[in-house]
Amino acid sequence: MISIPESEAAAVVGVGETAALAEPRLWRRALRSLAHDPVALLSVLFILLLVVVALFAPWIAPHNPLEQFPNGLSDVGAPVAPGARFWLGTDQAGRDVLSRLIYGARVSLLVGVVATGLASAIGVVVGTVAGYAGGIVDSVLMRVTDTVLSFPILLFCIALIAVTGPSTRNVVLVIAFAYWTYLARVVRSQVLSLKEREFVNAARTLGVRHATIVRRHVLPHLWPTIIVYGTLGIATSILIEASLSFLGIGVPLPQASWGEMISEGQQYFQTAPWLLVAPGVALILTVLAFNLAGDWLTDLMDPAEREGGR
Amino acid sequence: MSDAALAVRGLTVHFRVRRGLVGSRVVRAVDGVDLALGPGETLGVAGESGSGKSTIARSLVHLTRPNGGTITLGETDVTSLRGAALRRYRRRMQMVYQDPYDSLDPRMTVRDAIGEALAVRGLSRDRRPGEVARLLSRVNLPDALAARYPGQLSGGQRQRVSIARALAVEPDVIICDEAVAALDVSIRAQVLNLLKDIQRDTGVAYLFISHDLSTLRFVADRVAIMYVGRVVEHGPSLELFAEPLHPYTRALIAAVPSVTARGTKRLHLAGEPPDPANPPTGCPFHPRCPEAIDECRRVRPELTVVGPGRSVACHVAVRSFRSPRSAAEPSR
Repeated sequence: MISIPESEAAAVVGVGETAALAEPRLWRRALRSLAHDPVALLSVLFILLLVVVALFAPWIAPHNPLEQFPNGLSDVGAPVAPGARFWLGTDQAGRDVLSRLIYGARVSLLVGVVATGLASAIGVVVGTVAGYAGGIVDSVLMRVTDTVLSFPILLFCIALIAVTGPSTRNVVLVIAFAYWTYLARVVRSQVLSLKEREFVNAARTLGVRHATIVRRHVLPHLWPTIIVYGTLGIATSILIEASLSFLGIGVPLPQASWGEMISEGQQYFQTAPWLLVAPGVALILTVLAFNLAGDWLTDLMDPAEREGGR
Repeated sequence: MSDAALAVRGLTVHFRVRRGLVGSRVVRAVDGVDLALGPGETLGVAGESGSGKSTIARSLVHLTRPNGGTITLGETDVTSLRGAALRRYRRRMQMVYQDPYDSLDPRMTVRDAIGEALAVRGLSRDRRPGEVARLLSRVNLPDALAARYPGQLSGGQRQRVSIARALAVEPDVIICDEAVAALDVSIRAQVLNLLKDIQRDTGVAYLFISHDLSTLRFVADRVAIMYVGRVVEHGPSLELFAEPLHPYTRALIAAVPSVTARGTKRLHLAGEPPDPANPPTGCPFHPRCPEAIDECRRVRPELTVVGPGRSVACHVAVRSFRSPRSAAEPSR
């Protein structure tokens, strides 16, 4: 069984002399490395689970997350502990914690993915233009980047939200606006070195247009960086969103969000610890999963390994 | 002039190197070089590392902008072309690079790499596969390789693909910048023979840059020897190798291991080439020259014609030529 792929690999090496095989087998390489890396496998599975839960929240959640159940509060008006009816208990308003957690995953993933996507788009454009054009364009773009980068990211987001007002859309925009600088920096340095590669020179010598060179010979080499930084960026964005919601300036009430749940839950921590534990654990696991998956992708896409000694 | 494929006059490339916080110094990487190359001819350029060989190559294909001099391709002065005009001329001069592991995009198949050049030539999409196959067979590679990525090819195969890509735009001149230096000796000979065959068939001219004199002896019709940014000797390959005039050329040739010339005394060069940012006065070679006379320390020798197609920049060699007979056997 296992000997088949091995003999196949040997045959390819024999023909090609160099063993560094690039792109076309990335998927297979990813699956193979997951099989040997249980931590990465768990992270990826957890992320997949999270995506499924977020996508199908209305079908998966046992209750309406906003409904205040009459039997959701005890006789003295305290939250109900986890049990058969409310698996993770209820909160101070008699709402089902599990359902709120599931709908909160939607907010976290949505904000994380969209904000990171926007930030990556800005970062790649700025970094590529700065690195490829060089000179005065580079100087101007990088001074702007450094200026944004010099603010502590959370403080910067809080200040921006104070100006724009809290809403889900603004939270996404603000995180994207604060986070693009990281990718811009990394992409610029990559483009600077790509620009000096002989195959880029060869394309220039042929008379290929700059725009075509960037599209054909520069951007494809940036994908590993974008994917790795994107994955880590999602973790950061989720944390920032939770922090903003915790401070009450994130996703507006009564929409469920993990940060908001932690914020509310801490007031009842001594009598109803599940209010804090459930969203806290969800947040920790999610951020951890994205970070670990990011590390795994970094190893998988290591350019030195992929491009044969470069 | 009009029959020259490529003519270079007084090419000068200076680099400004920053030093510390303030102040900078100028490195004269190429300092007034003249070269001429006829159609179907091969000109070899030799010299140690740092002699400016590769800088010449890079300024010829407009990867480095020269500070002075002119580059004429056919009848057109291409020195200061920019933008679209430059793009149109680029395909007439191509380059095969030294590092076969870096000159092909690792994410593009052989077919796409050659196809990119064909697109520049304006070949329609449906005619490209046939032309890729023709070019691959021209460099003696099987058509099956077209679907491969560079990572799946050997160094020699990659260099052949680079040659095919250069040929794809039908250039007048191909610059080979140490194009075979990274290859095994046996593969090197195959690639050199291939280049010769292509030249015979297409009449393309080669500017062959190499630090390896035995390679140049094999391919070049004429050879220019460079030292610290200047040509110090220039002549037809056969004559130059049979009777080198400049002491530096003699030292370079003596350094090539030879089967037939066993037992002859090896000429050893002391020291390193000077710092191009701070060259010595007079002849830049005088601190290492076994024959230096007083004049060499004061006056920089100009490249002087001493015979048909032969010129040398050396006081001693020129003097011995002017007083015949003592010239035939320069004192060793």
